[in-house]
Amino acid sequence: MNNSIIEIKSLRKDYHVGEVTVHALRGVDLKIHEGEFVAIMGASGSGKSTMLNILGCLDKPTYGDYLLDGVNVNTMNNDALARFRNKKLGFVFQSYNLLARTTALENVELPLFYNPNVRSRERKESALRALEAVGLSDRMHHMPNQLSGGQQQRVAIARSLVNDPVLILADEPTGNLDTRTSFEIMELFQDLNDKGRTIVYVTHETDIARFATRNVTFRDGKIQRESNVSERLDAREILKTMPVEAIEEFD
Amino acid sequence: MNYTNLFRIAIRALIRNKLRAFLTMLGIIIGVASVIAMLAIGEGSKQKIRGQISSMGTNMVMVMPNMQRRGGVSLGSSSSMVLKYSDVQSLRNEATALSAVSPEVMASGQVIYSNQNTQTTIYGVSEEYLEIKKLEVLSGRFFNTNEIKDMSKVCILGQTVVTNLFGAGADPVGLSIRIKNLPFLIIGVLKDKGESGMGQDQDDLILAPYTTVQRRLAAIDYINGIFASAVSEEKSPTAIAEVEEILRRTHKLKESAENDFRVMSQTELLKTVTSITDIMTYLLGAIAGISLLVGGIGIMNIMFVSVTERTREIGLRMSIGGRGKDIMKQFLAESIILSILGGIMGVLFGYLLARLAGSLMTSHAIVKTQSVVLAFIVCFIIGVFFGWYPARKAANLNPIDALRYE
Ligand SMILES: Nc1ncnc2c1ncn2[C@@H]1O[C@H](COP(=O)(O)OP(=O)(O)OP(=O)(O)O)[C@@H](O)[C@H]1O
Ligand SMILES: [Mg+2]
Repeated sequence: MNNSIIEIKSLRKDYHVGEVTVHALRGVDLKIHEGEFVAIMGASGSGKSTMLNILGCLDKPTYGDYLLDGVNVNTMNNDALARFRNKKLGFVFQSYNLLARTTALENVELPLFYNPNVRSRERKESALRALEAVGLSDRMHHMPNQLSGGQQQRVAIARSLVNDPVLILADEPTGNLDTRTSFEIMELFQDLNDKGRTIVYVTHETDIARFATRNVTFRDGKIQRESNVSERLDAREILKTMPVEAIEEFD
Repeated sequence: MNYTNLFRIAIRALIRNKLRAFLTMLGIIIGVASVIAMLAIGEGSKQKIRGQISSMGTNMVMVMPNMQRRGGVSLGSSSSMVLKYSDVQSLRNEATALSAVSPEVMASGQVIYSNQNTQTTIYGVSEEYLEIKKLEVLSGRFFNTNEIKDMSKVCILGQTVVTNLFGAGADPVGLSIRIKNLPFLIIGVLKDKGESGMGQDQDDLILAPYTTVQRRLAAIDYINGIFASAVSEEKSPTAIAEVEEILRRTHKLKESAENDFRVMSQTELLKTVTSITDIMTYLLGAIAGISLLVGGIGIMNIMFVSVTERTREIGLRMSIGGRGKDIMKQFLAESIILSILGGIMGVLFGYLLARLAGSLMTSHAIVKTQSVVLAFIVCFIIGVFFGWYPARKAANLNPIDALRYE
């Protein structure tokens, strides 16, 4: 827990829309260590997604330094950033972003296509392993529209895992899901985190944030509060006590 | 990203939109098919016409009077009377590049057998005519020198005349017919030859000794033309030069005077017709090429729509490690695969179309390898050219904006 994966110093992000300048982030300092499970909280418009996009190297800060896994991201060009995303990062989106009319397996394989060192057999094997890790190996030939929202999100998580990233970033991964399914996704994240995976996710809901080890709350583009979670919830235990609803998964 | 992966990604993307991929290809398919079919039809008719011209005669050299016309009005009939039998004799004696020479005298008129009659042309010729014009006697015999000297009323019928007077396949050798009210003995029948390159029935004729036709039927002292064979195809130009030189001398033309006759050779005719059919082929090909261009623009159109529609997909691909150039290559690959695949189908379809057209036009449509290779090269270029801008548009997207795109 000593190695810091993310190190951010006085980071700012401005958006220019016409005449107006929006200060989405106004000086953020943040350190995240290897193996941490961090929930980013905050009101709507407080800069959570902006923060996560910068963490994910999808966007560049206007000002400030960002060290990811010891590398200064600011100095990298677009191609190098793409390489970096391919090898070190995994993304999970609120709206899953699976390719339509593409099987679960092929969706999970996708990141490996952009890695020239992965052979076609390895690619399939890794994808299968990732699907197994999210408990969906029996659905590998299903198309996204043949899967429930929770299952689609698990496919997306498998996709984020397939390249063995140092960091998984998730922007409101449970935003489109019901309570029980949200807890199942959290159970999956907790499993992954137990195995040593560093995870950062954004959420609105305080009870979803309580599955993390640490909470970071944003307000008006600044970190308002950072706290370790005192009574951390265990998703598996909670799910045991919850009644299985009839609408859940058909087999 | 290596090329196998690139190809896989592009193929998968296309398979996800099978119908649209096919509709996009349709433009290319139709374009390539029409180019292939048009070139094949052009090539086919060229070869057919060439074949017909070759079958017209053996290295033929033709001499015709040079009819002087001004504003479409013939300047006196004398200009059509310049060729005499003595010219044929001079050519026989002096022209070394000619192997056979025959006069041709024409008369047209009604031919009667019992209650049947027909209108046809009677050609007065000498024995060499058969060889020069590649004619064959099917039954009976050709006339001989004595019959020419005696102005005998003997004749040889072409198959069309036989059919018109006696019915198809009859053998009228030994029977007598009346040509312009004179009785003629049929001594032979010609083998059929079919249509000429100009759509003329080459079997609608009667051959008779030139003396007979000249004196008894046409009552003239000149001849209408001279037909000769050059000793070889290569000697054709020499033969033409010789004929000109000899005839200018026998016609006593002054240095400054124009020829009062025209000399043509089969070889020249072949060249002219070939160049005309070539131009026609290219013209047809170019018109068909326009539809190929339209097909290419169709690809560009669909690729643009595709880029817009798949903006989120592009964003996702970028977020999981796709570089701008990977995205660009993917879209380029898609458009190249579309156009090449369209090209393959177009060639097949064009081949069928050419065969169909060939069978309708009773000439073979000939698909040349060059046009197939050309079609593929053009398709590849279309794929790259028309895929380029859409692909660049995709590659220049910003990952976040693309992911947020609604
Ligand atoms: N592309 C952009 N152009 C201009 N302004 C932007 C852009 N993206 C975000 N912003 C602005 O930056 C601020 C922070 O936005 P951000 O998306 O980070 O909020 P958020 O905390 O994720 O909110 P939510 O919980 O609603 O998702 C907002 O005021 C927003 O309007
Ligand atoms: Mg957000």
